[in-house]
Amino acid sequence: MNHPGLPAVEMRNITKRFGSLIANDGINFTLAEGQIHALLGENGAGKSTLSKILYGLYQPDEGEIRIRNQPVHLASPADAIAIGIGMVTQHFSLVPTFTVAENIILGLNNGLSLDRRQATARIGEIAARYGLRIDPSALVRSLAVGEQQRVEILKALYRNCRVLILDEPTAVLTPQESGALFAELKTLVRQGLSVIFISHKLEEVIDHCDMVTVLRDGRVVATEPVSGTSAALLARQMVGRDMNTPSREPNARGEPVLCVENLSLKDKRGVMLLQNVNLTIHAGEIVGVAGVAGNGQRELSEVLSGLQRASSGRFTVNDTDLTNADAARMARSGVGRIPEDRLQGIVGYLSVALNLALEYLDDYTHFGTLDQRAIQDNAEKLIAQYQIKALPGDQARRLSGGNIQKIILARTLSRNPVLILAAQPTRGLDVGATEYVHDRLREQRQRGAAILLVSEDLDEILKLSDRVVVMHAGQIMGDLPVEQATIERLGLLMGGLKEEAAHG
Amino acid sequence: MANLTLGLKNVRGLRFERLPAPFWVRVAIPFIAILLAFLLTSVLVLMAGANPLEAFYYLLIEPLTTRVGALEVLVKATPLILTGLAVLVAFAGGYFNIGAEGQFYAGAVAAAWLGVAFKGLPPLVAIPIILLAGFLAGALWALGPALLKVYFAVDEVVTTLLLNSVMVLGVSGLLTGPWQDPGGWARTPLISDALRLPRLAPPSRLRAGIIIGVVLMVALWFILNRTAFGLKLRAIGLGPKAARFMGIHVTRTLLTAALVSGAIAGLAGAAEILGLQGRLSSQTLELGYGYSGIVVAMLGGLTAFGVGAAALFIALVENGALSLSQALGVPQYLGDVVQATILLTMLASLLLTNYRLRWR
Repeated sequence: MNHPGLPAVEMRNITKRFGSLIANDGINFTLAEGQIHALLGENGAGKSTLSKILYGLYQPDEGEIRIRNQPVHLASPADAIAIGIGMVTQHFSLVPTFTVAENIILGLNNGLSLDRRQATARIGEIAARYGLRIDPSALVRSLAVGEQQRVEILKALYRNCRVLILDEPTAVLTPQESGALFAELKTLVRQGLSVIFISHKLEEVIDHCDMVTVLRDGRVVATEPVSGTSAALLARQMVGRDMNTPSREPNARGEPVLCVENLSLKDKRGVMLLQNVNLTIHAGEIVGVAGVAGNGQRELSEVLSGLQRASSGRFTVNDTDLTNADAARMARSGVGRIPEDRLQGIVGYLSVALNLALEYLDDYTHFGTLDQRAIQDNAEKLIAQYQIKALPGDQARRLSGGNIQKIILARTLSRNPVLILAAQPTRGLDVGATEYVHDRLREQRQRGAAILLVSEDLDEILKLSDRVVVMHAGQIMGDLPVEQATIERLGLLMGGLKEEAAHG
Repeated sequence: MANLTLGLKNVRGLRFERLPAPFWVRVAIPFIAILLAFLLTSVLVLMAGANPLEAFYYLLIEPLTTRVGALEVLVKATPLILTGLAVLVAFAGGYFNIGAEGQFYAGAVAAAWLGVAFKGLPPLVAIPIILLAGFLAGALWALGPALLKVYFAVDEVVTTLLLNSVMVLGVSGLLTGPWQDPGGWARTPLISDALRLPRLAPPSRLRAGIIIGVVLMVALWFILNRTAFGLKLRAIGLGPKAARFMGIHVTRTLLTAALVSGAIAGLAGAAEILGLQGRLSSQTLELGYGYSGIVVAMLGGLTAFGVGAAALFIALVENGALSLSQALGVPQYLGDVVQATILLTMLASLLLTNYRLRWR
């Protein structure tokens, strides 16, 4: 399906900086007409930034964009749309109480009159031409997610788009809906449209795209026809970096502490967010959970933390069944929880001292009355011990991210928990604070705690973990000792290719 | 009410930054607000043919110049403290109970009924039972919205607000129907003096209701600031997600707070019937103390002692507005306008004690 005609889009030497962060570093990207071109990469590789630049949402600091060989300046999405570029994001911009047709013509009509009949007729015509089955008079509210996505695509086509950007379109879809989407995309490109397909799923790229550009750390690692590459190669290109697994103190692993059995979680639509997760963590062991964001890691830590109820399955901590126990019982049972969003771990408008006491308030209460002395003493002790830069009376929200994380660590770890659930414990922290968190987690491992470490930072996982578990689409794709966790294997597992990883 | 104010963020480059003002600003704020209100309303006062300075004298100072006048401010403040505290309990937990109005009348109905029915019983037995009945009636009227909120996440602002109309129209129907006075008046019989709250300083109209208010104010300060329940409630109000993460039982705590809020509003209604009013009448239904409670709680910065201060201040300007129109012969509406302007400037300047207005 290669049409070697004029490139539909050419992006030359695109550089985009956010402060000191370089999101796109001299990226060259060419989209040929009538092709599906995948942008593949981990979180933070620069895929979204590049597509937002093409859609006029960001302006590049350097570089040039050419559409059908004409240099263009895209100051806003309106410019991009006018030149025939459309984008469908994961979060749809649809009005649920409007019909499909109303949503599609919304924002287009400048006059006072609204020729619905004509618009509906044109929508029907476009839908028929591109094989997109939808009822223009249906209320968007009543549509399934896959159909809503179809409305977004129709919206772009109605605005005469020739280049369609799809940002992780299958992330929100059921497998059946994904199949339908790919069939529709085939029809679109046959009609001469060009598609930029952002993804981290290797299988989708291999099966449905013509070209693939792999991004890593804001740079292009490779651009190649899909026919000339393999999942293994793409995986290595996507994840690949110099990684040296640091030697760690050997630690005799103890008894099993956390035992997860067939844990599943369904959302309201019946999509499996977690599917038969089985996992055991022993005392004195750190198990890292790797995976591209949105593949069930958050749900796993939320279910284990008592924030979400499992749909089926169970888990035990030291042989006590804690499935669907509430947060208070978790804390009492020796489960130390570090939340993914650290602002969820503190009440910002309360003082540091109260935040250090709140999770175990019963210990600071006499007959329902707060023991101010004990709260203050506890705060002074923990502030000194964990080097928190704050006074007990300071409002917690005035602290830096690192110090807020120290409050949570101090509150949790000072209780000597048997199990620690650490979700993204260093996200957004500077180097010093990150080191601090790592040291505390290692200390706890030496002490004999079982630790579940969920992180999007592969380096962090490889640095701290004894075992690595890779999640993809709510399932555990692999469970490897860290010595066997090669880049290639991790990449394949993160991309959802279990068999290939077994042979790698 | 954090989300209400956050909505103001970033209008044409203007934005609020959350930053507590220095101490001297906090002290000066009420005076700045009064000055501002004075400037805003003096044009109107002049148009009505009165002297603005004189008008503000009658509004803010004259009511305090006599003993009876000062006590009359306390009379007015009694229901305001109670409904203000009722609103405070709920708002502290982020449960926006707008239904103190209806809960107030639930308590008032209970008191008006039992006050007559218990005629002849010893006051020491009857009065506590009647007050307790008002307390429970208020809680009962708050129960539905509270259950809907904690179990089905139905917005409490809507349900509590709507129930106010149900209660007020229901009471109105009661007063013009089964409870109608034989003479055709829409009112219940006067409760015998023995069963009413004792007068504290005759001949003033001040009754013991104010003591209930002050005791509750101190009690609520203690509960909110010195007990585990109060801390949990405030944690829920300030950060519901974090509170839940830390194992606080949000459902149970909010349910308790919502019911206590309704109960205090009901108690306010009962105390007003056994106190100043003596009976439930169609005029009682126009008092609107439940809504004023929201203003009192907000003006008081959602603290117990703040509620006390705000209730006194609002009582002062309410009485002052009356003395202003009487003394200067201007329409009573003018007093109401001045009073409303003061409240607005006060609330607006209180915002500035916690926020700085920044441009770009």
